[in-house]
Amino acid sequence: MNSTAPARLKLDHVTKTFGGVHALTDLSLQVAPGQIVGVIGPNGAGKTTTFNVITGAYRATSGSVLLDGHDVTAEPSHRIARAGIMRTFQNIRLFSDMSVWEHLLVAQPHAGSFARRLLPTRFSNPKAIERAEEVLEFFALGDVRNRLARSLPYGLQRKVEMARAVTARPKLLLLDEPVAGMNHDEAETIRSLMLRLRQDGLSILLIEHDMAFVMNLCDHLYVLDFGVLIAQGRPEEIRLNPAVLDAYLGRAA
Amino acid sequence: MLIQQLVNGLTLGAVYTLIALSFSLVMGILGVLNLAIAELFMLGGYFGFAVLMAQLPLPLALIAGMAGAALVAAIVERIGYQPFRAAPVVTPMLSTLGFSIILQNVATNVWGSDPLQLTDEVLSGRFNIGPVSVSAIQLTVLGVTVLLVALLAFLVQRTSIGRALRAVAENRDVARLLGVPAGRITLIAFMLSGALAGAAGVLIGVHYAAITPYIGVEIGLKAIAVMVVGGTTRIWGALIAGPLMGVVEVMTVAYGGSQIRDFVVYGFMILILLLRPQGLLGGGRSDQGQRV
Amino acid sequence: MSVYDAGLLSDIGILLLGALSVYIILATGQLSLGNAGFMGIGAYLTSWLTVVAGLPITAALIVAALVSGAIGVAVGFPALRLKGIYLAMATLGFGEMVRSFFQNFSAMGGSEGFHGMHHVSTGYIWTWAAIVLVLIMLIEASPIWLEIRAVRDDETAAGLVGLNPTEIKVGAFGCGAAVAAIAGGLFAHHHVYIEPGNFSFERSIDFVLAVILGGSTVAPGALAGAVILVVLPEYLRFLADWRFAAFGALLIGMLLVRRQGLLDRALLRFAWPRSRA
Ligand SMILES: Nc1ncnc2c1ncn2[C@@H]1O[C@H](COP(=O)(O)OP(=O)(O)OP(=O)(O)O)[C@@H](O)[C@H]1O
Ligand SMILES: [Mg+2]
Repeated sequence: MNSTAPARLKLDHVTKTFGGVHALTDLSLQVAPGQIVGVIGPNGAGKTTTFNVITGAYRATSGSVLLDGHDVTAEPSHRIARAGIMRTFQNIRLFSDMSVWEHLLVAQPHAGSFARRLLPTRFSNPKAIERAEEVLEFFALGDVRNRLARSLPYGLQRKVEMARAVTARPKLLLLDEPVAGMNHDEAETIRSLMLRLRQDGLSILLIEHDMAFVMNLCDHLYVLDFGVLIAQGRPEEIRLNPAVLDAYLGRAA
Repeated sequence: MLIQQLVNGLTLGAVYTLIALSFSLVMGILGVLNLAIAELFMLGGYFGFAVLMAQLPLPLALIAGMAGAALVAAIVERIGYQPFRAAPVVTPMLSTLGFSIILQNVATNVWGSDPLQLTDEVLSGRFNIGPVSVSAIQLTVLGVTVLLVALLAFLVQRTSIGRALRAVAENRDVARLLGVPAGRITLIAFMLSGALAGAAGVLIGVHYAAITPYIGVEIGLKAIAVMVVGGTTRIWGALIAGPLMGVVEVMTVAYGGSQIRDFVVYGFMILILLLRPQGLLGGGRSDQGQRV
Repeated sequence: MSVYDAGLLSDIGILLLGALSVYIILATGQLSLGNAGFMGIGAYLTSWLTVVAGLPITAALIVAALVSGAIGVAVGFPALRLKGIYLAMATLGFGEMVRSFFQNFSAMGGSEGFHGMHHVSTGYIWTWAAIVLVLIMLIEASPIWLEIRAVRDDETAAGLVGLNPTEIKVGAFGCGAAVAAIAGGLFAHHHVYIEPGNFSFERSIDFVLAVILGGSTVAPGALAGAVILVVLPEYLRFLADWRFAAFGALLIGMLLVRRQGLLDRALLRFAWPRSRA
């Protein structure tokens, strides 16, 4: 990792507790610009909680979250999103009653002043429409643009969620198990989309259980177990790390 | 004077306590605001009056008011709650609102919109304790309230029905897995709640020796404020909040004029909602937060 | 048109505005049971402005809408931390507080009521009602409305894609309060007499009823609901004394079989196939 450039994302000694449950304990991690970084760990390890703390869905009990060196720990989630962090959800959360196209329009909230946004969409924001078209094409969702997003097959819903997250041109994209439940071809499509997004300078933080997928894609990995960081490093280092094997295999036994 | 007002306040507070308990039984266990309770209270009063006017004794009137209101509450549960269990919480509230509109209209048509007066005193007599004068009726209201609260406490804390009620309140799905017949338990919760409201109606009717179809809106709705002050998720908060709000209201009337009492009562409720949503006595807020 | 029919039409127009005031707030997923409070504020303020301050009615209505909207924002800001039933209870309390306030407000007649307003025509009432309805329908084609739908559907997800749920909900609450105030001002100048009892819980319930019966997911639903509530009793004379019971039953029945109310987007699209509602 290039140590002189400021990290795109930096977690500094983050702890999150729920009542007595320590979901995260003293977690520090970094994502550099243009990197794809993976977060892995067994069920309940605190991966999704990490995303929730980063995006402001949960407030960290202690520690801080920095985006490009700016502290966003205490910001409300919409501010964090506008500052450039977008995400997808482990349990898909698309808006009911909205078409694919509407999802791409609504996810560009800083497009236009309040008064402008009161005008019919056609007049109020040609740029937003242009951008939505672009994303639609990038994700090859043109055929289903007017379909209700919730009525689409599972794999496409995941894609729509990713498209929605990308539309506002975030700096950092958080993907929570983007290929869970997908077949090999679908996963391969997602992988190539991620690589192309990285080429455009986007940083990606990824949670995924599919080891092959993670090992092939990530520049760096963090391994959590019971909310504690037990290992980090390049994929090939992690593969051989005895603590990691223990966390996964020890659990299964 | 002050002590006298305190006694009057406690009497009103006793009635509030019963209605608020009625609201919070359903709210605490099922998370639903049953707006029909305000009218069940009114209806209970009329049922009680019907018995008293037939020259039958007060205990019978109480039983009639409670049973009648409980029966109507059962109908509300079957039509106005069960079908909407999976709907957003506001939906059952609207359907119970539909019932309250119906019940008020029915009462107006059956008994007329003018107040129904009790011609003979149900209980006469006053007791003077120092400077304070307590009427036999006030004592009855207080006594019956204490008795009913004790009965309810016994039922909820000591019986198997109570255990089931508490299990459903804790987690409906888990309760079902453990074999609690959740459907029957919600029916029981509604009927218990209706019986309490009905008893309160009889008591307030006897206290004022008059009843109108509008007491549901005038007094019953205010019990929502009492429930909120006590804490919506804990049933027993009403035991403190009821007397408190009764006294606050009576004091407001005595020293500020009768017109501002609703202002004060609802203002108090809003303050509590905003500042202490867990109620006056509720513990600290949990930091569990919604899962994302 | 007979005087009687004109009276009915005016009632529909005023109820339409009241229903729309609930509709706007409901669009963000919040149920207000206290819009009669904002209606009362509008009624008293407009009446004072025309009778005492001598303002023309249109100017008075605009001022009242702005003031009530500001109060709505001020009230909404803390109140919208509350959700669902809790918000409904808080708004119910607010409405009752406003009624109680005017009961004590002797400068405007207290519980005696206030009069001296000039009567406004049915056409005038409907001009306002139509303008507000059309405005809302236009806004429904705007990005803001998409944001409102997102917030109603999933506040957390909306926040996480960068929408500010508080701003949207408070804004809608303020707009609802402004529209309710217009309804109140027109009510005052239609009946030329107002008393605090006009703005009670039952009035708030009328608005909610109109929206739920007519259709809570499209603005024209409020129109359908207002027509139902005013006109139905005219045709169901035999129900005279039982009309409220009938409405109550209608409400429950509607919730049971068609929760979104009479009109919804599918029905509107069916009626006007060309429109891209
Ligand atoms: N809102 C919450 N309230 C209470 N506990 C929570 C909450 N959110 C998460 N937890 C707890 O925090 C711990 C970590 O959960 P988290 O969802 O982050 O795990 P995860 O690593 O994403 O697991 P999975 O692979 O199953 O998605 C778990 O013990 C969970 O029960
Ligand atoms: Mg997870």
